Amino acid sequence: MAHQQIVVVGNGMVGHYFIENLVTHSQSAEFSVTTFCEEPRLAYDRVHLSEFFSGKTAEQLSLVEPGFYEKHGITVHLSDKAVSIDRDKQIVTSANGVEVHYDILILATGSYPFVPPVEGHDREHCLVYRTIEDLEAIQASASRSRSGTVVGGGLLGLEAAKALKDMGLDTHVVEFAPRLMAVQLDEGGGNMLRRKIEALDVTVHTSKNTTLITDGKESRHQMQFADGEILETDLVLFSAGIRPRDELARDCQLEVGPRGGIAINDYCQTSDPNIYAIGECALWNQQIFGLVAPGYQMARVVIDRLSGENARFTSADMSTKLKLLGVDVGSIGDAHARSQGARSYVYQNEWDEVYKRLVVSEDGLKVIGAVLVGDNDSYNEIMQYYLNGIDLPETPEALILPRVEGSTAGLGADALPASATICSCHNVNKSDIVNLMDNGVVALADIKSESKASSGCGGCAALLKSVVDCELAQRGMTINNDICEHFPFTRQEIYHMIIVEEIKTFDALLDKHGKGAGCDICKPAIGSILASYWNDYVLSDKFYNLQDTNDTFLANMQKDGTYSVIPRIAGGEITPEKLIKLGEIARKYQLYTKITGAQRIDMFGARQEQLPLIWSDLVEAGFETGHAYAKALRTVKSCVGSTWCRYGVLDSVGKAIDLENRYKGLRSPHKLKFAVSGCTRECAEAQSKDVGVIATENGWNMYVCGNGGMKPRHADLFATDLDDDTLVKYIDRLLMFYTRTADRLQRTSVWMENLEGGLNYLRDVIIDDKLGICAELEQQMQHIVDSYQCEWKTTLSDQEMLNKRFRYFVNSDATDNNVVLIEERGQKRPAREEERKQIPVHLVNSA
Amino acid sequence: MQHLSTQNMTDTNNSKWQTVCNKDELLLNAGICALIQGMQIAVFYFAKQQHIYAVQNYDPYSKANVLSRGIIGDLNGQPVVASPIYKQHFNLQTGKCLEDEAVTIQTYPIRIVDDQVEIAVATQTVTSI
Repeated sequence: MAHQQIVVVGNGMVGHYFIENLVTHSQSAEFSVTTFCEEPRLAYDRVHLSEFFSGKTAEQLSLVEPGFYEKHGITVHLSDKAVSIDRDKQIVTSANGVEVHYDILILATGSYPFVPPVEGHDREHCLVYRTIEDLEAIQASASRSRSGTVVGGGLLGLEAAKALKDMGLDTHVVEFAPRLMAVQLDEGGGNMLRRKIEALDVTVHTSKNTTLITDGKESRHQMQFADGEILETDLVLFSAGIRPRDELARDCQLEVGPRGGIAINDYCQTSDPNIYAIGECALWNQQIFGLVAPGYQMARVVIDRLSGENARFTSADMSTKLKLLGVDVGSIGDAHARSQGARSYVYQNEWDEVYKRLVVSEDGLKVIGAVLVGDNDSYNEIMQYYLNGIDLPETPEALILPRVEGSTAGLGADALPASATICSCHNVNKSDIVNLMDNGVVALADIKSESKASSGCGGCAALLKSVVDCELAQRGMTINNDICEHFPFTRQEIYHMIIVEEIKTFDALLDKHGKGAGCDICKPAIGSILASYWNDYVLSDKFYNLQDTNDTFLANMQKDGTYSVIPRIAGGEITPEKLIKLGEIARKYQLYTKITGAQRIDMFGARQEQLPLIWSDLVEAGFETGHAYAKALRTVKSCVGSTWCRYGVLDSVGKAIDLENRYKGLRSPHKLKFAVSGCTRECAEAQSKDVGVIATENGWNMYVCGNGGMKPRHADLFATDLDDDTLVKYIDRLLMFYTRTADRLQRTSVWMENLEGGLNYLRDVIIDDKLGICAELEQQMQHIVDSYQCEWKTTLSDQEMLNKRFRYFVNSDATDNNVVLIEERGQKRPAREEERKQIPVHLVNSA
Repeated sequence: MQHLSTQNMTDTNNSKWQTVCNKDELLLNAGICALIQGMQIAVFYFAKQQHIYAVQNYDPYSKANVLSRGIIGDLNGQPVVASPIYKQHFNLQTGKCLEDEAVTIQTYPIRIVDDQVEIAVATQTVTSI
């Protein structure tokens, strides 16, 4: 490229940026640069202009390093405005009569503040907000004013309002649109911003069309509005938008837009290929960009082009993040969700005055916009997603929800910086975990005990696990989730094999996918899957030897080797007749009886060989098995409900009985408990159950994944005001999904917490059918419901099996003489160690 | 432990083979309990491997006669039964507890002769009871 004369008209932020980058990034020997600057000072930071009022000097606001232009041999004409362009001769002429030839002309003339053509707009003390000179005028006016009004509630207007406020004026903002920052914010964001700004004693008037500015009665001016209202004020400051300064271009017949702006193409070229326009004066694709970032972008495009590269301006990101009157405001992309199919997540916290909206694409995979008011913490992260087109995490709303303890950062463990806190209870950060792993501590349990991470509240367990998993993966190490040494698979994988390959026996699975003879881990787990999927009789020859003794004998083994027996008492409702029968049977076999916490009656001390006898009496009396021995639905507890209770809203007992009868016998990874409460008093304690149902005036509220026990957990509200059918549908799906996907012995609570996306993901799957499996889940459940059999009834019908499996000795009718009972409070109970010594007992085979 | 094919074992010193039951009375891949000279003996039958084992039925941890009701299988190649009460594993060949080397349960020679399951019990034990 031959030596070129480049002339830049306008030394605002963009004009200066262009020159600065041109000379520092190009072979400056190839250019000579001249710039015209209308203002008496070189480029300064207009974005932070309001800081002028808080004491920053013009020098401090300057963007030009002292001596920069001299050092690079750039000719500057200060306080000299370019007034005409002779395109034929390629000459720019200034107000002072300077003529400069150009090879390349850059128009960076910027914009001027738009002043609405209201009568009285040109009165004294009616000012604009753009230059340092404007600011000086405002300062002078303010010193003789008590009140000030900004016309325009946009970004700049609010900046100006801050200036007035800082100068001690009673400050008002008048906005034509119904809300503040109508371009960048949606309604919710605008409303929240208004609340926050009004809390700072700035009065906001929206939907106000100013029709006249005239003499005031108490103040200098009176503003009159189209709706008849008036506002008295001493100072009016217009900040109602910008208009491109395109008069130079018009005068030399460059193409301009119908509503102003110098038309440019993707190379930022005007209709004259030697003339470029950049910044707020330029009109690209019918758009004016009133932000500095797109102007800088255009400057870079031109520099690249002049260096012979082929850069293009392909639209600009209008996202902004700023503090207005001390209020964090952020706007990203399509803040108004105007794109086709856009959907939003909204977080609104009126307590802390925070509003956040995340706009996602129709397919829910990408961020396409956001509005943030009151908290910009998530701005950078959302911008990462937005700018890089990263797929959203499973729970996109996490991006705008407050970071609660233990919640994972949206970008995943590997995106977390080393300093990220993993466990706040013990102040463990990511680098602590990584260091441990570098030193060979790689097992999650060891990392927990070494670092103490996740040993406080435990809320960070999922995050810790993902950090560890992620680090393991980076180290090429695998995480062993194998169920045991016989099957190199997880429970879920085994479940899938059984379904897909239609495997019906343990031996078939072992032959195909396992090794060895199995163990007490894999056998019951697989037995449970086989039983739940094929819903076969659990004591058939295929299954009985896979199961724990409780399942094998359909009773619960106690410490002395005898069993307890719990018949089903659905919903805890029992007739006096049946209650008497139970008593008679317990007395007949001298069983110890106790009421359980699940509203049933437990009968203890049954010998193995007595079980069929006891059950044949129970079945005859109309009882069926209670599955207390199984990883299955145990019970549906209920309060007495609307039938008797003065507060009851719905029939909780009836509902509990229905649910218990529907799901009885379902084999699951862990025991399941339900409860139904007839009103919000919640006497059935449904919120401590895997599935809790609470009656409301409008139907049933469904809670999920709670439990009592060692680590109690309150259930989460899953869905509200359900009708009977929907309730059953959701429970069907939930239970089948749990049975299919949970790990062995994993309770619903842990299962849900381990699902990426947790409760919301579960809602997506169960309510919105995100995986498209709900019909299948319901069908499977219906199959299980339809093929229910009382295992005891079936067992009793097979006399040969009874003889073989339930007799105590294969070769004798004797009984276990090691079972010693003594009487206490009118019942028999096992003798304690010291009591045994006083009773002559013949112990056999004591080691 | 005996392979089913090993049928010609002579009586060991001071012990004698006693018939327990018919092979049909065994539970496949599970345990049964036999009463021999007042002793409770758990008998486990691995059907696929055709292995049979006999150990004491008394679980030293729970102090209850429950081992015959435990789940059987193998761990690191050793045939084991897991106690149904506290889940300790016992090696069916050696009687050793996998969780605690110091604990060993009694094992007994066992075989199947002409479909009859036989266990050899030391005669001293018999006389001592």
